[in-house]
Amino acid sequence: MYSVNYHRAASVTDAAKLVKNGDAKLLSGGMTLIPAMKTRLAAPSDLVDLSRIKDLQGVKVSGKTITIGAGTTHYEVASDEKLKKACPALAHLASLIGDPAVRHKGTIGGSIANNDPAADYPAALLALDATIVTNKREIAADKFFKGLFETALKDGEIVTAVTFTAPAKAAYEKFRNPASRYAIVGVFVAKGKDGVRVAVTGAGDDGVFRSKEIEAALARNFAAAALDGMIVPAKNLMSDIHASADYRANLIAVMAKRAVAAANA
Amino acid sequence: MGIEGVGARVARKEDKRFITGAGRYVDDMVVPGMKHAAFVRSPHAHAQIKKIDVRQAQGMPGVIGVLTGKELKADGIGNLICGWMIHSKDGSPMKMGAWSPLAFDKVRYVGDAVVVVVAETKGQARDAAEAVDITYKELKAVVDAPKALERGAPQIHPEADNNLIFDWELGDGKATDAAIQAAAHVTRMKIVNNRLVPNAMEPRAALGHYDKAEDHYTCWTTSQNPHVARLVMSAFYNVAPENKLRVIAPDVGGGFGSKIYIYPEEIVCLWASKKTGVPVKWVADRTESFLTDAHGRDHVSTVEMGFDKNNRITGLKVDTIANLGAYMSLFSSCVPTYLYATLLSGQYDIPAIHANVRAVYTNTAPVDAYRGAGRPEATYLLERTMETAARELGVSPAELRRKNFITSFPHQTPVIMNYDAGDYAASLDAAMKASDYAGFAARKTAAAKKGKLRGIGMSNYIEACGLAPSAAVGSLGAGVGLWESAEVRVNAVGTIEVLTGSHSHGQGHETTFAQLVNQRFGVPIDSVSIVHGDTDKVQMGMGTYGSRSGAVGMSAVAKALDKVEAKAKKIAAHLLEADEGDIVIEDGTLKVAGTDKSVPWFQMALAAYTAHNLPGGMEPGLKETAFYDPSNFTFPAGCYICEVEIDPETGTTEIIQFVAADDFGNIINPMIVEGQVHGGIAQGIGQALLEGAFYDASGQLLTASYMDYTMPRASDLPSFKVSTSNTPCPGNPLGIKGCGEAGAIGSPPAVINAITDAIGVTDIAMPASPSTVWAAIRAATKH
Repeated sequence: MYSVNYHRAASVTDAAKLVKNGDAKLLSGGMTLIPAMKTRLAAPSDLVDLSRIKDLQGVKVSGKTITIGAGTTHYEVASDEKLKKACPALAHLASLIGDPAVRHKGTIGGSIANNDPAADYPAALLALDATIVTNKREIAADKFFKGLFETALKDGEIVTAVTFTAPAKAAYEKFRNPASRYAIVGVFVAKGKDGVRVAVTGAGDDGVFRSKEIEAALARNFAAAALDGMIVPAKNLMSDIHASADYRANLIAVMAKRAVAAANA
Repeated sequence: MGIEGVGARVARKEDKRFITGAGRYVDDMVVPGMKHAAFVRSPHAHAQIKKIDVRQAQGMPGVIGVLTGKELKADGIGNLICGWMIHSKDGSPMKMGAWSPLAFDKVRYVGDAVVVVVAETKGQARDAAEAVDITYKELKAVVDAPKALERGAPQIHPEADNNLIFDWELGDGKATDAAIQAAAHVTRMKIVNNRLVPNAMEPRAALGHYDKAEDHYTCWTTSQNPHVARLVMSAFYNVAPENKLRVIAPDVGGGFGSKIYIYPEEIVCLWASKKTGVPVKWVADRTESFLTDAHGRDHVSTVEMGFDKNNRITGLKVDTIANLGAYMSLFSSCVPTYLYATLLSGQYDIPAIHANVRAVYTNTAPVDAYRGAGRPEATYLLERTMETAARELGVSPAELRRKNFITSFPHQTPVIMNYDAGDYAASLDAAMKASDYAGFAARKTAAAKKGKLRGIGMSNYIEACGLAPSAAVGSLGAGVGLWESAEVRVNAVGTIEVLTGSHSHGQGHETTFAQLVNQRFGVPIDSVSIVHGDTDKVQMGMGTYGSRSGAVGMSAVAKALDKVEAKAKKIAAHLLEADEGDIVIEDGTLKVAGTDKSVPWFQMALAAYTAHNLPGGMEPGLKETAFYDPSNFTFPAGCYICEVEIDPETGTTEIIQFVAADDFGNIINPMIVEGQVHGGIAQGIGQALLEGAFYDASGQLLTASYMDYTMPRASDLPSFKVSTSNTPCPGNPLGIKGCGEAGAIGSPPAVINAITDAIGVTDIAMPASPSTVWAAIRAATKH
């Protein structure tokens, strides 16, 4: 790791000021940034630590509206009793991220701001039609996730929370990369008041995306059987030593089917 | 056996320090004035070095020295060598290319060390390493061994035309061809044994310290054989004369073969210490380990196995291309030859065998022995072929094997080995019983009802351990002898130190060697200390690899114990005024048989050192040394059965059960043996399902971290059912065969046989990842 200046932000306003220093980066759980710095692949001049900002913590459930502070750890999301009732699929998803050490440090805000193409949360937020709240504005998930490690966030813009309406039914099925345990394919299906949304992570060569053909099939009939014989095109899917595009296409259909079965269970 | 003797399940003495984080590894060693090294490594798989500019790096904060290969060469430091001479079938010696510890004219794989930076801190050394400016002219690279042999492939070393290191054969080609020709049935396969990265928990490390006042060098290093390291570094690399070089291998966190060899880094740390005047430490990071630890396996073979009309094997013909990587590592040449082709008879009576092996340079990390070393490759080839043959012939895989088993011993195979003892049917029966082999069909039907594919596969392995005798391996090209040494020091109060040339890097010698002493003299194992891993403390020894610590290392201890016992009995007889032939040792006491006269062990020891009352002419003291050179290899064998269930939708393989029935000869500590088997099976299942080192065509290692290289996790593995049915080894005084590698040798073919059985294909590539299995199922159902 190269030497770096560390700042602990007391508030979001404080963080917004500090992040203007040199080539500063925001630090939340650090589960991606710190390993990248250790291997000298990332070299920010300054780190602005958001993890002690109280305003960014915690899960709020108000009627059907769920708001999760950006600094909430995966463990807190996975174990929040209110969330487990309101949207168990998201709590379950958080329980599948990394290992216990990662889940106790990594945060939802950090994960979506990083937008790793194999991360789990982007699929959930896209399928749940969530809104990403920043210190400047509110951004719809459809507009937020832009590609591989790319988001709509401007320089220095800080994610403060995500908010969404609890779906009637939802589930997440993840097929893990055997080495990294990230998703080779993760499919989040959600049936809400505005219809069915299905988002896929781990597979797209431009990051998380919605599967229009699966959404269409499930809009007609929200049942696993609706996906029998479903063929997902392999075009625009990633291919690497762990999985070919064809294999990922197959897994999207299989995981979607299993997710629907779980959502209906 | 007593509660601490041979055969007892004694908890490991050394585990207290390991599991409380109190072990002492090379990185824990601190010498006054110690500084840190970082290596500048080639980012290219194949390139000429046009220019090395170190000026900017020299001016960086904390930098003490920036040293290059030219300076190393000017100081007379030699090239790394391969210590086992193989001659091609045309009689020419193997073509060994130069391997400079620091490359100066050409780099040949990603990770090749070029420059070393010594600085006050590790961070400063790394910062300065990044400031070293090397101009390369990139050359075309080749990573695949068969491609490296093609006309027009990039030429890696000038010494080896077309990258061919040797073209070697073993066995009777004519007789084998005739047998195949006349066979009623011939099974033919192409067999690929995938490349693996050893992944010891502790990365390699070295601390070199040149003491100017004494004109003496000390090297702390992660070695499985510190004496061999000292010998090679002095005799071949000209680092220091043997008497002025002390090599210490303290606690070492796993080796699996990868820490047998002498690597550039320990040589450079010693040389750089003299050059810069400060002790120099280097510890590999995990990426350096992936890139530069000697890899394992990487064979591509074709095989033909002929059967007569009664399904008896008549001949076996094998052609293998072995990828040795960019340089010949210390024992690389013996792995695909004498540790491989000599085991191709397996457990079977095969009248004619011929193997041809071509060893090839590629632009990849050097390849050398890795847990099993050649024997896993032989077993995989043979047991995959047997399974396929059984399917082709329409007979039970178990019965085809049983029919061809060797049943009388000694048995001379057509490929050098003379098997001394074994009972292969006993292991087969035990494994079939433990796995309820007979009930498999019903389980397969039940699984099919759930939409799952069940398969069962077996593997009947044999391996050769102990690597001996020295004269025999010498005649086959070994540059060293493969005996072992021991010294037993009985202290004046009767406690005992055993100095062994074997080296423990996880095997539990501090416990098992003490159990052997306890068995002899009744001394509690807590009063027996095992000393190893330091060339200043221990007499010359050969180290630990090839499952040799028990069969060879402990046999040397037994020989020394014989001498101690003889002298102890003489002293006791003198003290008790009895005939030495009447003295027996029981429960820590020397007794006159059939009487109540006795002298406690400690009192006899004290008498040896007070020397007030010793037999006339006897030297004081009680300390004996022995060197033991075995008369033959040992031949552990066994039967492994694996049952899998595959989810055809995702290609995921779940191991439902894994049974191991081994014959290890006599066992000192069953718990430690089971641990060895468990670890070996985990590595073997790792090879079959999870692990694979992949380079892209340009020579970049794609699996250079745990993000991409899949290590087996506990959740990937079932609880193993292990058992032993042992035939003592007649070749050594303890009847031990060895157990360190069996698991890794026997398991990959059992797993792949089960998977191919489940999905109805002839072959599938290792690692059989979900993606690979799914593609195989899809390809099979398309036809």
